[in-house]
Amino acid sequence: MATKAKPPKPDELSKISYTPPPKGWMDTPADFKPGLYCHGTRSKYLEAVGMPYPRDWSASETDWKLPDNWKEIVLEGIKERLQKYRTFHVFMDICVRCGACADKCHFFLGGGDPKNMPVLRAELLRSVYRKYFTTSGKLFGKAAGARELSTDVLREIWYYYFQCTECRRCSLFCPYGIDQAEITIIGRELLNLLGLNTDWIMGPVANSYRTGNHLGLEPHTIKANIEFMLDDIETITGHKIETTFNRKGAEILFIAPSGDLFGVPGNYVAMGELMLFHEIGLDYTWSTMACEGGNFGFFTSMEVAKKLYYKIYSEAKRLGVKWILGGECGHQWRLMNQYLDTWWGPADFLEVPVSPITGTRFENARGTRVVHITEFTADLIKHGKLKLDPSRNDHLKITFHDSCNTARAMGIFEEPRYIINQVCNHFYEMPESTIREKTFCCGSGSGLNAGENVELRMRGGFPRANAVKYVKDQFGVNMLANICAIDRAALPTLMDYWNPGVGVCGVHELLGNALVMKGEIERTLDLRTDPLPEKGGVE
Amino acid sequence: MGILFSFAVVIAIILLVFAGVGAGLNYLFAVILPYIAFLTFVIGLTYRVVNWGQSAVPFRVPTTGGQQTSLPWIRANKIDNPTTSYAVAARMILEVLLFRSLFRNTKTELREGPRLIYSSEKLLWLAALAFHYSFLVILIRHFRFFAVPVPMPIEFMEFIDSFFQVGAPLVYITNFVIVIALFYLLYRRIAMPQIKYISLPSDYFPLFLILGIAASGIIMRYFDKVDIVGVKQITMGLASFSPTIPDGIGIIFYIHLALVCTLFAYFPFSKLVHLGGVFLSPTRNLANNNRLARHVNPWDYPIKSRSYDDYENEFRDKMKKAGIPVEKE
Repeated sequence: MATKAKPPKPDELSKISYTPPPKGWMDTPADFKPGLYCHGTRSKYLEAVGMPYPRDWSASETDWKLPDNWKEIVLEGIKERLQKYRTFHVFMDICVRCGACADKCHFFLGGGDPKNMPVLRAELLRSVYRKYFTTSGKLFGKAAGARELSTDVLREIWYYYFQCTECRRCSLFCPYGIDQAEITIIGRELLNLLGLNTDWIMGPVANSYRTGNHLGLEPHTIKANIEFMLDDIETITGHKIETTFNRKGAEILFIAPSGDLFGVPGNYVAMGELMLFHEIGLDYTWSTMACEGGNFGFFTSMEVAKKLYYKIYSEAKRLGVKWILGGECGHQWRLMNQYLDTWWGPADFLEVPVSPITGTRFENARGTRVVHITEFTADLIKHGKLKLDPSRNDHLKITFHDSCNTARAMGIFEEPRYIINQVCNHFYEMPESTIREKTFCCGSGSGLNAGENVELRMRGGFPRANAVKYVKDQFGVNMLANICAIDRAALPTLMDYWNPGVGVCGVHELLGNALVMKGEIERTLDLRTDPLPEKGGVE
Repeated sequence: MGILFSFAVVIAIILLVFAGVGAGLNYLFAVILPYIAFLTFVIGLTYRVVNWGQSAVPFRVPTTGGQQTSLPWIRANKIDNPTTSYAVAARMILEVLLFRSLFRNTKTELREGPRLIYSSEKLLWLAALAFHYSFLVILIRHFRFFAVPVPMPIEFMEFIDSFFQVGAPLVYITNFVIVIALFYLLYRRIAMPQIKYISLPSDYFPLFLILGIAASGIIMRYFDKVDIVGVKQITMGLASFSPTIPDGIGIIFYIHLALVCTLFAYFPFSKLVHLGGVFLSPTRNLANNNRLARHVNPWDYPIKSRSYDDYENEFRDKMKKAGIPVEKE
C-alpha cells in the first residue's frame, strides 16, 4: 500500500483557483493525485459479503485487473438501473448545464478541480449514457456530448465518484432537483459490479455484516466499552448506573452509531445518553447485534445496504420492544428516514412510539416507529422533565453543524438547536449560507473518512471549516456541536488543520454536562473528566 | 468549438431554406416539414415522458429544504419539507412557475484570509424566468394564426404585452425581453469560465436556434414585412388539414418557419425535455413522509442476510462469559 500523503499546509492549500484549464474535460484524463483518493479494497472484504470479482488491485496502477467483459457489465448495469431508478433516468436526461450547482460543492470550493462541479461529475457518467442509450449520442457522438466507455473513463468515474460525499447540496440548488448523491450512489453501484470499492468502505461493510458494527466490536467488547463509560460516569456524578444488553421485553431498543461506543468524542455522546436514560428511568436496552445505525453498505450498493440493515427490525422483533430510539448519526437517519421501512417494513410488530415520560405520541414516526433522539430529548425538556444547569457548559462557546443527511434528507434543524439552547448559554450560528438546508459537508462523509486521502478531506471540509473560523473570530467559538458520528470522527482533524483550538462534540454530551441528576455529587468534572471551570466563568 | 459548430448549424439551416425556396420547394417547407416537426415533437416528447414514467421509484428520496414536521410545538416548513400531497403540489407549482430553487442561487468568492463569501446571485434566475415566460407568451400569441376569430384571451394578452405602445404596428415587450434574456444566457456560456467549460454544443445550439427564430420573427414583423393574410392562409390550412400556399410570401417567413420546425423536431432529443422532466423529478415531487406512510419498492427482491442465530453461534461463548443473554445456552 502507498504511504500516507501529507497534505500541504493550510495557507498553501487555500490558494485555490476556480478557473478551469484551457483543454476540454473530455480530453483530460483523470490524474490520480496521492492524498485525493483511497486505497482499492482488499479481496477478503468483498468475499465476506459475497460481492463480485474479489481480487487484490491497486487504484494507483493502470491495470485494475478487470474482467474481460467489464464494459458489457457496466453497460448492462446502466441499462438495468435506468429502469429501476427514475431518479437516475430523469437525471441523465434533463440537465441543461445551467451551472447553478457548480460552486455549491464543497469539493469544488476546496479544490477547484472542474470535475468536482456536480454538473461535470454527472457528465462523466452522462456522456457514457448518451453514447450507448440515446439516439443523438449514437448518431453525433462528441458533438452530442457522448463518449466511448474506456478504461480511462472508468478510472475517471472511480476517481471522482469517490470524491463526492453524497451530501445533496447541489440538489437543493438545482432547478430540477437533480441530485448528484443519487448519481454517485448508482455510479458506485456500477463500480461495485466490477469489485471496485475502496478499502475504507468495504472493511466496515465486512465488519458490519459479521459483528453488526463497522468497527468490528464483538458483543463482549461492546459491553466492556459501555461499562468503562459507566465507570467514568460514576466518577463524574457519583451514580453507579446500570444498563442492559439484548434484554427481552424492554420497552425501547436504542440504536446508536458504533462510533459512539468506541472513540473520542463519540463516547461522550453515549455517556450523555446513558445518564439521560438513567435519570428518567427509561426502560430500554442495547442490542449487541443491532449496535450500529450507520451503514457503509449505502456507499456500496443498495443491496448491500439493505443487507446490513436487516438487523434493525429483526432485533427489535426478537427482543420484543415497542419502538426504536435512534442515536445521533447522519446517514443512519438518511436511511431510517428514507429507506428502512421500504427495505424491511412494515414494522407492524412495533407500536406507535409514545414517550413513557411525557406521554407524547410521535405521530411523525407512526409508520417506521423509530424516533430520533433529539426529538425525544427536546420533548422531555419542553415538558420540564429534566433539571438542567446550562452554566456547566459556560466554558464552551458553541456553534452547530447541520449534517448533510439530517439536513437535506430529513430536515431536523430545530430539535438539536432547542436542546443546545436549553443546555448552554453561549450559542452562535454560522453564516446563513452554510447552515440548515444549505449546510456544508464535513468533507469526509459517504465513506471518505480514510487516512490516505487527508488532503481531499481537508479540501472538502474547507467551506465548513471556513464558516467555523468566522464564528471563532467573531465570537470566540471553541466547540463545534453536531448530531453525526462521522462528523465526530472527521471534524476534529478538520478543526486541527484549519481552526486549531476548536473542539467537536455531540449534542448529548452537552446535555450530559448540564443534566442535574437526582442525588448526584457536586460536579467538578465534565464528561471528558476535565475539571469544570468556576461556574459563571466564561473562560 | 461547440459554439462555432452550433452557430454554423443554424446558419446552414437558413441557407438551406434560401436554396430550397429558390428551387421552388415551398410545399416542403410550408407543409411537409411543419407536419413532420409537429408529429416528432408530440410523439417524441410523449415517448420520453412515458419512458421516464415506466422507470420505477423504488425509494422516496425528496431533498428536504426546511424543518421537518415532528413535534407539535416546532414550526415545520410545509412547502420545502412537505408531508402531504397538497404541500408537494405547492412545492412543485412554485418550482415550475417561479423557479424557486434557482431563486436560492448564490455566488461564492474566495477572498484573502482565506475567506469564502457567499452572495445572492439572481441574474440567472431572472434571465431564465424572463426567457421562459416571454417564450410562453409569444407561443400563445401565435395561436392567433390558427383561429378565426382570434379568441378573446389571446387578444387580451396581446393588449397587455403591447401596453407601452403608441401607434402601429404593436410592439410586443416580450419580443425584446426574450432577445435580451437569450443574449444573457449566451453571454454566461461564453464569458464565465466555469460555465464555458461545462457547455456542450447542445447547449449553444438551442440558444442560437431560438435567437434565430426571434430575430426572423422581429424582422418579419417590423422591418421586412410579409403578407400577413397569406401567412394566415398557410397556418389555417395546416390547422384544417387542407394546406394551401399563396404566392408572394417573403423568404423570411420560410426561414422563421424552418427554424421553428427545427426546434420542434429537435426538442425530444435534447436537454429541452426538461420541460417534461421537471415534473417527474423524485427529489421534488415526493413528500418527506417515509416515517408516516409506507413506500413500496416495486422491484424489491428477497435477499439473505446474516441471521441472529448465525451471530449468536459465532459469539455465544463470549456473550455468555460477558453475561449477555443468549437464546441457546
